[in-house]
Amino acid sequence: MLDIRRWIQIVSTVLSNAWLLFPFTKTIYQGKLKSVCVPGLNCYSCPAAVGSCPLGAMQTFFANIRPSLGTGNFHLGLYVIGFLGLLGSLVGRMPCAWLCPFGFMQELIHKIPSPKIEIPQILTWLKYVMLVFLVILLPLFVVDLFGYGDNWFCKYVCPAGTLQAGIPMIILQPQLRGLLGTVFAFKLVILAALLVAMVFIRRPFCRTLCPLGAIYSFFNKASVFRMVHHPDNCVLCKQCYRHCPMGVRFYQGANQKDCIRCLQCLRKSCKFGAISYEVAGAVPVEKKQPVKES
Amino acid sequence: MEKSGFKKSYFLLILFLLLLVLGINLGEVEVVFEKGITICLSCIGIE
Repeated sequence: MLDIRRWIQIVSTVLSNAWLLFPFTKTIYQGKLKSVCVPGLNCYSCPAAVGSCPLGAMQTFFANIRPSLGTGNFHLGLYVIGFLGLLGSLVGRMPCAWLCPFGFMQELIHKIPSPKIEIPQILTWLKYVMLVFLVILLPLFVVDLFGYGDNWFCKYVCPAGTLQAGIPMIILQPQLRGLLGTVFAFKLVILAALLVAMVFIRRPFCRTLCPLGAIYSFFNKASVFRMVHHPDNCVLCKQCYRHCPMGVRFYQGANQKDCIRCLQCLRKSCKFGAISYEVAGAVPVEKKQPVKES
Repeated sequence: MEKSGFKKSYFLLILFLLLLVLGINLGEVEVVFEKGITICLSCIGIE
């Protein structure tokens, strides 16, 4: 039977991509909901998407900041920064586990039976490089004659965009096929490599490349919702690490940068009462009592 | 953990709420909407 998190992931994925008339309209949803950002990575050029991707919206603000200031509009991206910061301040990286359609897909693909491998920890820092360079600095500073920049992460990397928008759009609008070039081929290679990696590695994109997860991760230690480790109850059995979809070693400390608060460790792994959570310091109702070993 | 450890959380909540409201007042919702209803081919690696 599916647990509550799976149901929420399914509902979130469906709600984020609820425009099912696209096979008839042959284009994307253009209703008012597009002015609202979704909490997860979900390309707004996807024909079924009803909301906007916060990462794409943020890059757009940064890429257009010079022309915007030039015309007297101070569009700095505060709407998106405020939205992500507010969500992060409340729950940290929790949207990655419960609401992100691309994260959900990675977990499903990882269920394919195969040998599972771990990635070197150093690769988990790559997402911060992506955030700083491809989402912030390059869109801000590499601009054309008129001052417009590019959405570098969307254009050159984002596998969600390739899967949800690029491929469906060239199917829906065959005339676009003449425009395909090296960049799209490069993005297809990234997508294919990640799809293969998802079979063997736990959430490879979230852990190594996702700038949205990188943004949320800044709030893990300072959010209203926090995980708590009780070292006195911990027997270092490492079951939390084995069951963690992000490969987090919870026994080394709570609220690490890659903890997505899926609560799998609390609900399915720890029998010793070493893991709990708190909301604004309030004692959780779900805290388990430690199992005494005989 | 003591509740005083959450002062930073409340500060961040208020700060980002203010940024969100400021962004809305500056008309950024409309910018997101305009971008969202347009297929950005270069953004998805086509062109």
